[in-house]
Amino acid sequence: MKITPDMIVFAMLAGMAALSAVGVVAFRNAVRSALCLVFTFFLLGFLYFALNMEMLGITQIVVYTGAIMVLFLFVIMLLNLGASHVLEEKSDPKKVIGIGFGVSLAVLLASQIVPVLIKVNAPTAPEGFGSPQVIGNVLFTDYVFPFEAVSILLLLGIVGSVLLAKRRLS
Amino acid sequence: MATPTAAQRAAGTALDFFTTMILLLIFAIGCEVSTTAWAESGKFTQAFMDWLRSLDPTLQDVLAALGRAILAIIPVFAPVPFIIWYERRLLSWMQDRIGPNRTGNITFSRTSKLIPSFLKGKKFKLFGLAQSIADGIKLFTKEDIMPTKTDKFLFILGPLIALFVALTLGGTIPWAGDRRFTPVADINVGLLYVMAISSLGAYGLVLAGYSSNNKYSLLGALRASAQLISYELAMGVSLAAMVMVTGSLKMTEIVAAQEAPLLGFIGFLPNWNIFTPFGLVSGFIFLICMFAETNRPPFDLPEAENELVAGYHTEYSTKRWGLFMMAEYMAMFTFSMVFSTVFLGGYHMPIRWEAIGMDFMAGIERSYLGGLSVMMLKGVAGLTLYIWVRATYPRFRYDQLMNLGWKFLLPVATANLIVTATWIMISKVYGAAPGWMFAIGLYAVAIAVYLLLRSKKSRQYLDTRAVDMINQPARRAPEVVEPVAEVTA
Repeated sequence: MKITPDMIVFAMLAGMAALSAVGVVAFRNAVRSALCLVFTFFLLGFLYFALNMEMLGITQIVVYTGAIMVLFLFVIMLLNLGASHVLEEKSDPKKVIGIGFGVSLAVLLASQIVPVLIKVNAPTAPEGFGSPQVIGNVLFTDYVFPFEAVSILLLLGIVGSVLLAKRRLS
Repeated sequence: MATPTAAQRAAGTALDFFTTMILLLIFAIGCEVSTTAWAESGKFTQAFMDWLRSLDPTLQDVLAALGRAILAIIPVFAPVPFIIWYERRLLSWMQDRIGPNRTGNITFSRTSKLIPSFLKGKKFKLFGLAQSIADGIKLFTKEDIMPTKTDKFLFILGPLIALFVALTLGGTIPWAGDRRFTPVADINVGLLYVMAISSLGAYGLVLAGYSSNNKYSLLGALRASAQLISYELAMGVSLAAMVMVTGSLKMTEIVAAQEAPLLGFIGFLPNWNIFTPFGLVSGFIFLICMFAETNRPPFDLPEAENELVAGYHTEYSTKRWGLFMMAEYMAMFTFSMVFSTVFLGGYHMPIRWEAIGMDFMAGIERSYLGGLSVMMLKGVAGLTLYIWVRATYPRFRYDQLMNLGWKFLLPVATANLIVTATWIMISKVYGAAPGWMFAIGLYAVAIAVYLLLRSKKSRQYLDTRAVDMINQPARRAPEVVEPVAEVTA
């Protein structure tokens, strides 16, 4: 296998993303965990850039890093969650079972993905693939019904949250 | 020294004027020469370019990107001391005081033997420009204080994120017409990139506020995140209308679309988005959101000093506080650039030189230095507006801030988006004239609906709800008593 600059960039980005994803679980402090998640999402955006998917990468950063995770942090800070001081059990069966499930899921996914990707050295996307024009065209022609349905779903979420928040006033 | 006579004054003014003109002419010729020299290439340039071309193509790309990145950062980074000085001087002029006007002035002694005779009694004025540099030296040499029980890592990370955002914000802005130097990356989602990076700005403030272990800092951080998220929406929708008009998210194409004749028929004026009705509404909304995104007055609630000491940077001092300041000023400048790119025709002057046959000026516009200076002038105009607004408007109350963002800017931006979309569709299907008529009709409907919603009854309803929620005693502004003007000697 020949080592190309693409692969070096990919290895760096993917390695850091994986490390910070581990950090989400490993940190005790809720803010640290959330920040690790932010960093993971940010690096995922860069991975998309490396695959010539600028639109997807930017959307990833706008939606997840810029909006959703800011709200997460907002809530965490509002509740002022510090590191939890829960006593640890000496023998915790949950941990063993959890690790077992995690490993089996990883093996299952890897068995499907690795054989396909083993020979891929560099991203091969056709020119203009995933550009805003293409996505817009597809979104408003072929997939207009699911698109509208999802937007109605989001609207329902907004209305529901307003309803929940206003209920105590009356 | 006697006071100069009117004739002397006039002569001085004329001299200043001519000097300025000559300098401008030299600058213009310099622009022209630099571009032609680059194009026709002297020996050194040719050798350098040959050497660059002999390199590995990947390395070439990396070097070019690095060079462009440096060229994009310098125009934002270098003017910061001047921007701070400019703000302080302009603000003090607007507030009828003097401001920093003499730091760095040197007056040589008349009597000392150490001074050469030609310098004796001479004055060298810097107009206080050295004040920012002195402040910078002070900030970077002060004792570094970090309160106990802070989250050290995040405390250091906060200002760094703020600076990162301010520096990378201009990554897709075309600073000039020369595509070899700028923008850093002409990606096809240039405008979304600006939105994405500016939304990261919340992290710097939030982390700083959280890690300080201070009640006021935390409150400032909460306000900052809520404010940034609220105003991003209206900002995005207002920009979306401009994207629809242009048909592209690319910054260079947005600029190129504004080179057309104004409204399609006025030949010598460019079709800047701010001159079109849709662009005017969008630009107005974007301008307000721009102020909110950079936390400048009247939107500086995250650092409201009469409520929160200094908000999210209460516990910061020395270098880290300086980083916050620098980031704020750089973000102001870059956001002005974004505004001028999207609404004010980018690096173009407000006249279409080709249409009136002035190719010399058109050449200056297309050169790197010429385009860059036009952009910088527009940036300075934006800064002036920032400072002017700061000197004019008082800070919003928190509920006013939220009402403005959610109940005014977002609906107006959405209405503008709908009108723009309708105009584009009808112009495409039925031609230009019906499109304009329909757009004007829709604007009328939108204004009527707005006035209906703002009628007294509904306003009272909205107000009572607002009062219920935050439990305020009075909504009406207290009667303003005109202060008696007293002239002290």
